[in-house]
Amino acid sequence: MGRFLASLRRTLAMARKELRQLQRDRLTLGMIVGIPTLQLVLFGYAINLDVRHVPTAVIDRANSSLSRKLIGEFEETQTFAIEQFITSEAAAIRLLEGGRIGAVIVIPSDFDRRLYRGRGALISIMADASDPTVASAVTLAGQGFARALALRMQPATAGRAALRPAPDDHARFGATSDLVRPEPVQVEVLPFYNPERRTPVFIVPGLVGVILTMTMMLMTALAVVRERERGTFEFLIATPVRRSEVMVGKILPYLVVGHIQVGLVLGLGVLLFDVPIRGSLLDLGVGALPFLASMLAMGLVISAASRNQFQAMQMSFFFFLPSMLLSGFMFPFEAMPVAARWIGELLPLTHFLRIVRGVVLKGATIDVLWTDVVAIAVFFTVALIVATATFRKRLA
Amino acid sequence: MNADPEVVLEARGLTRRFGTRVAVDHVDLAVRRGEVFGCLGPNGSGKSTLMRMLLGLLEPSGGDASVLGYEIPTDAEKLRPHVGYMTQRFSLYEELTVRENLEFAAEVFGIPRSGLRDLIEATIVDYGLVDHADTRAEALSGGYKQRLSLAATTVHAPKLLVLDEPTAGVDPQSRREFWEQLFELAAAGTTLFVSTHYMDEAVRCHRLAILRDGRRVAQGRPRDLLHALAGRVIDVETERPEEAIAALRQTPLVASTTQIGDSVHVLLEADAPDAAIASEELVRDLVRAGFRGASARPGGAQLEDVFVALLHDESAGGDS
Repeated sequence: MGRFLASLRRTLAMARKELRQLQRDRLTLGMIVGIPTLQLVLFGYAINLDVRHVPTAVIDRANSSLSRKLIGEFEETQTFAIEQFITSEAAAIRLLEGGRIGAVIVIPSDFDRRLYRGRGALISIMADASDPTVASAVTLAGQGFARALALRMQPATAGRAALRPAPDDHARFGATSDLVRPEPVQVEVLPFYNPERRTPVFIVPGLVGVILTMTMMLMTALAVVRERERGTFEFLIATPVRRSEVMVGKILPYLVVGHIQVGLVLGLGVLLFDVPIRGSLLDLGVGALPFLASMLAMGLVISAASRNQFQAMQMSFFFFLPSMLLSGFMFPFEAMPVAARWIGELLPLTHFLRIVRGVVLKGATIDVLWTDVVAIAVFFTVALIVATATFRKRLA
Repeated sequence: MNADPEVVLEARGLTRRFGTRVAVDHVDLAVRRGEVFGCLGPNGSGKSTLMRMLLGLLEPSGGDASVLGYEIPTDAEKLRPHVGYMTQRFSLYEELTVRENLEFAAEVFGIPRSGLRDLIEATIVDYGLVDHADTRAEALSGGYKQRLSLAATTVHAPKLLVLDEPTAGVDPQSRREFWEQLFELAAAGTTLFVSTHYMDEAVRCHRLAILRDGRRVAQGRPRDLLHALAGRVIDVETERPEEAIAALRQTPLVASTTQIGDSVHVLLEADAPDAAIASEELVRDLVRAGFRGASARPGGAQLEDVFVALLHDESAGGDS
């Protein structure tokens, strides 16, 4: 009994000590509240697999009042957000490769004529199928749209192969009385880049970015703080070494590590999941270099600001979480609310995902992705400056 | 700023507070070129904090310093190439070998590439690290770690070497060898500022500052500090020394007692009569208390007495 009580006392003393330490560690306290809150908010808003407002471009070759009405109807479905009008398929491919646009609606020049003559008008939607979620949403919306249109045009004969326009739809589409037996409007979805809509094909290139975010950031996040904990910091700051030298010196070796990781994940993706690598590895390298550097710099910001390795790990996680949720890795970027997308645009991972998916899945070249490279480079520069400014060659 | 061109390190009212605690309290110091200057004080007396401030590694809360002509803390970065700093705790990289650590030090201190290789090999020989050149630091014993640390802090031939308790936890033989090395460096023109809590090391310094509770309570040559205590030290021979100490402490003359084997080392109060007279009084008191074989004679002061006297006289409100 006495032994048990003694043990209990030691245990309680220990618990009290831990509690006191925790009480005095504001950052950890903040994390205790911050992480679940952040998770809840992010998941709550971002997990919205009901894809809406896919950024859409339109090639309107008919350019008639009828085609414009059709575009309006597409927009009313809320799946498509018409953002721009373009004139060529080449421009469409550029936009799709750059990840700016999720779908391109193509209205053929003979749209009106075919509709009137009852030949059935064919509308194509070029969909970015590298993200299967977006592709299915577009397909569903396209099919639903055609069906609804057909029903409206001849509600009485729904179910028959050939549908007639109902009187009110004649008016809606400006149909005249000489329009006899029109075929319904057909919508054809052309999946680009990942025609079989296999998830691994889409996930693996994204994983490159996610894994690098985590590993790169943690490596440097622990770098400065480890020096502090092991006492080598005091030797280091007593030497003439400059702050920026410490920063860059800690980044450099990991750039090599990062490229190895890129190769590893992609290589495994090819081996295990048949991920096609359509673009050039050189283009990928051009995109990967600033991204790796930006994550390493972010790690240094964290490291310079934290007092021990535990804090550094927690802060890394704090950055990692939104990167994963808001970059378009887990949920289609298009499906996120505007505010979340704005935050997403600030994260290097968002831009790197566009690069890696563009190059690997779509065979894009770096010239259509340069804005993303620039965005990452800006992040890197800011992070490095902040890290250097935060790192002080002083004790305490 | 310095009137004396030979003064290479000068502290003026250096103060550092951590919260409400004053770690270093208005310390003035002047260290001359080429001397081995000791900084003696118990743990927590502010030695490390003082050194860190002098090196510009810690912002002072008050006061300033000039070191090798550079104003501290403003010009701390300019000072770096000219000083070597050996921290109390081993602060080199455990994962690196002896040679790799020396290379790192040499490179961050900007040793020219051409002579670097030769310099490092020479340093390895000079510091007796030949057999361990490719051993990782983590596998070295305390004595070898200390040698490596000194080697790494001197590889760029600094004009000033700051050593924070360099021999803490090192065996006596290694300590002796280490101090021989320090005197060699001093002979070669390096100024050394070294902290210790070993009295035997402090006595070997050219000059000495004694720190207590962050304040510099004495400064001077060890010999002069000891001389100030002349006539205040008595060695008492007696049976049952433990009991004799209790009796001696009753006497108003005695400031402190230390048992050394069968004898008792006595420090007299500042206002006590001279040791020759006091000796007779103490013997008389002891005999009266039943210690019939007791004898006493004036003894030689030790640095420890200086320390104890400083501590005692201050709390007694005395001033000697």
